[in-house]
Amino acid sequence: MSTRDSRPGSTGGADVAGPLHGGPDDDYTPEQLAAMPREELDRLGARYDGVEILHVDPGPEPGTPVERRAVRQVGLTFALAGLAALAFVVVYVGSGWFLPDWHWEITDSGWSVLFTPLLGALMGLAFILVGVGLVLYTKKLLPHETAVQDKHDGSHFDRVTTGATLVGGLHDSGLARRKLLTRSLAFMGGGLGLMLLMPLGGLIKNPNKGDPLGTTSWAEGVRLVRDDGTPIRPGDQEPGSLETVFPAVPGGNRESDAPTMLFRLRPEQVDVLRPREGHEDFNYGDYVAFSKICTHAGCPVSLYEQETSRILCPCHQSMFDITQGAKPIFGPATRPLPQLPITVDDEGYLVARSDYIEAVGPTYWNRERI
Amino acid sequence: MAARTATAPGAPTSRLGKVAVEFDDRLIVAGPLRRTLNKVFPDHWSFLLGEIALYAFIILLLSGTYLTFFFDASMTEVVYEGSYAPLRGVEMSAAYDSALQLSFDVRGGLFMRQIHHWAALLFVAAIVVHLFRIFFTGAFRRPRETNWLIGVVMLVLALLMGVTGYTLPDDLLSGTGLRIISAILLSVPVIGTWAHFAVFNGDFVGTEIIGRFYIAHVLIIPAILLALIAVHLLVLVKQKHTQFPGPGRTEHNVVGNRLFPAFAGKATGLLFIVFGVCAALGGLVQINPVWLWGPYNPSQVSAASQPDWYIMFLDGSTRLFPAWDINLPGDYTIPALFWPTVVVAGLMFTALAVYPMVERKLTGDTASHHLLQRPRDVPVRTSLGTMAIAFYVILMLSGGNDVIAEKFDISLNAMTWVGRIGVIIIPPIVYVFTYRICLGLERHDREVLEHGIETGVLRRLPHGEFIEVHQPLGPVDEHGHGILAYGGAPVPKRMNQVGGARRAIRGFFTPIEEPSRVELEQRHEDHGQAAAESARELTSSGRPADGGRPQEPRD
Repeated sequence: MSTRDSRPGSTGGADVAGPLHGGPDDDYTPEQLAAMPREELDRLGARYDGVEILHVDPGPEPGTPVERRAVRQVGLTFALAGLAALAFVVVYVGSGWFLPDWHWEITDSGWSVLFTPLLGALMGLAFILVGVGLVLYTKKLLPHETAVQDKHDGSHFDRVTTGATLVGGLHDSGLARRKLLTRSLAFMGGGLGLMLLMPLGGLIKNPNKGDPLGTTSWAEGVRLVRDDGTPIRPGDQEPGSLETVFPAVPGGNRESDAPTMLFRLRPEQVDVLRPREGHEDFNYGDYVAFSKICTHAGCPVSLYEQETSRILCPCHQSMFDITQGAKPIFGPATRPLPQLPITVDDEGYLVARSDYIEAVGPTYWNRERI
Repeated sequence: MAARTATAPGAPTSRLGKVAVEFDDRLIVAGPLRRTLNKVFPDHWSFLLGEIALYAFIILLLSGTYLTFFFDASMTEVVYEGSYAPLRGVEMSAAYDSALQLSFDVRGGLFMRQIHHWAALLFVAAIVVHLFRIFFTGAFRRPRETNWLIGVVMLVLALLMGVTGYTLPDDLLSGTGLRIISAILLSVPVIGTWAHFAVFNGDFVGTEIIGRFYIAHVLIIPAILLALIAVHLLVLVKQKHTQFPGPGRTEHNVVGNRLFPAFAGKATGLLFIVFGVCAALGGLVQINPVWLWGPYNPSQVSAASQPDWYIMFLDGSTRLFPAWDINLPGDYTIPALFWPTVVVAGLMFTALAVYPMVERKLTGDTASHHLLQRPRDVPVRTSLGTMAIAFYVILMLSGGNDVIAEKFDISLNAMTWVGRIGVIIIPPIVYVFTYRICLGLERHDREVLEHGIETGVLRRLPHGEFIEVHQPLGPVDEHGHGILAYGGAPVPKRMNQVGGARRAIRGFFTPIEEPSRVELEQRHEDHGQAAAESARELTSSGRPADGGRPQEPRD
């Protein structure tokens, strides 16, 4: 039995190139190429790629002091890079083994403080030395050649022939004539496109259902508690002080729209107190409570300057005056901070009288409508 | 099989050569490989800026992959039990917990995290500087508008990459940033609340957002970026690199080094240097110490909370924009926040993206360009560019105006007003200044071409007048004016640039070459003073005679 196949082209290299075959293999026989020196072959190949080598500045002459010096420099750089890399390995592996532990303790001031900087310094040094070595090598030891390569714009021949092939295919398909096909194809494309978009519908949630943007956990009778959950009596705070309070519900201190600032005003602040219209009875004595969430971009406003009764948002520097119903007086915020109506319950702890009467936090399109 | 004996002419005799032939028999790569190795790259430092961005991206991919082995993108509440004592027992999200774990309990984890963050900053910075180079030299002109557009899209993606990335640790600083992102989404008219609920799966903050940002950060955006980088480079290779005008350089060629070995050597060297700089920064310079910020808590914030540098301009525009809510009939509101964030950023990037088309339309220049322009030769574009940079820088500085106000003891309100007024009046002033500087530089080029280089040699004429001797750059007309036209290339302006002195003898402490050899070499290559030495006739003043040497203007 023979594996020999006698069909043309099936015998490996013995087949004859087709009549359309061409290019450099026809121009140069293997014998001609074998007779050329390496440099000439290099230039020949380059010429086929449209590159001409104009000028070669042949690096330093072998054996000259210039060359020896350059070789020493490059060699030293690479060797140092290797050393730094090995030192990295030693520090990485050795810490906690034959070197002190790398785990950082807040009281520590020794090896663990040095561990990360050492890793960075050594890896950085290793990489930078390799880079510097390579650049030195290229600049000082390699020949400097100036080469020119031709740049071709699009070929007219290619355009015309490709165009003919494309138009031919389109013509054969008859799409230009067969209107029914084009229309059904367009219809199909639209339908499939829509179908593929549909699963994204899983992301859509109705923001207007139940008004999640306009409600918080505050409600009638919900106590004002500190972060640790302790309730507040009116006597607990000094005049002029601020405390961040949360609704006394599970998870109230992690809720993003519930944080509220409870101020106890100083007597002079009470004298100039001018609440917003409809908010006249929201305070309890000298206590006022405003939402902590900035009406501009939602950051917690928290820098209280009690001398001027101002509260500043650290994100974009909006300022609110708490004696004027937390009206914005400077910066990009447009609306006052919402005020929480408060009172005291039977046991003498501060409680909310209701939820905020407006949406807390940044403004949105239909905020006024809900 | 007679054609395949070992004696065939040109058949490789070395082991490596035989392997290469085996390889090429199967893959037929010799041709394409030769074309790649022979590709000519022009040699200019500013063409390496894009490469820095590419290398930074490689670092980001490598270090980012490492980080994913340890990071847990979950918002489940856990109690920290790790080795950082000050936070032990504190409730936090699993994401923050794993970021702390990565920083304190993974050997070299902190190092990797910091490399990743530094590389991200470098990535965006390199893109921006690369963009400046492209803009100011006119490299975006036809046929390279496609690559300009791809570049702008990649810049936007890089910013998104940054935002989604620094949100992941879920610390107090990034949580505050996330809250602002939520407010920006809400501020979009009509669809804002719907968009917010789609992205956050409900009201702020929910339990999904870190996981969603994570997949965007590690899969969706990097995949798009990677594809765009591939297209960007393919188009670059196909169109070939631009070059500055100079001797022998035309619209139809590229003059420089072949890829192999000179360009490959330098590019690989740069790759290692970029890697090294990121590694050194990552180890030596602390960045985003999330353990100091604490876990995110909606009721807490730290003062001087600035985002990474590339987002600061948005923070700045938000600080500066006045409190102008627009109330529409039907009780609808366009929040003030919408303008400085969505609109400003949208307009800035749109203007950037369409600039090549606008310039083509306005100048009517629809020709293909492969030679770059010097910024001074296109004063309008250059001035527009510096004006845009001034606008951007003022916004960026305003993003830190609280820090500036505090450090220099200035009123914060004053800083805001300086920003508000500055952002309107400084850019036009910068435009006018740049325009004048460009014209001045252009004129000086022309003057040197016409009158020659100032030699610093003063001569007293017989009637007592003192003149300075000028060296013409080329042939002169009957009035002694140079007849060389300006060709868009730098004009030499010092005698040493035209070979007024021989090159320095090499060697740092002691000469490592024979001074006389250098002189001979120079004379041989026929440039520099040494070359003229033999042909020099001494005049009575000891100065060379006028044969192509310094000449006096004759009018």
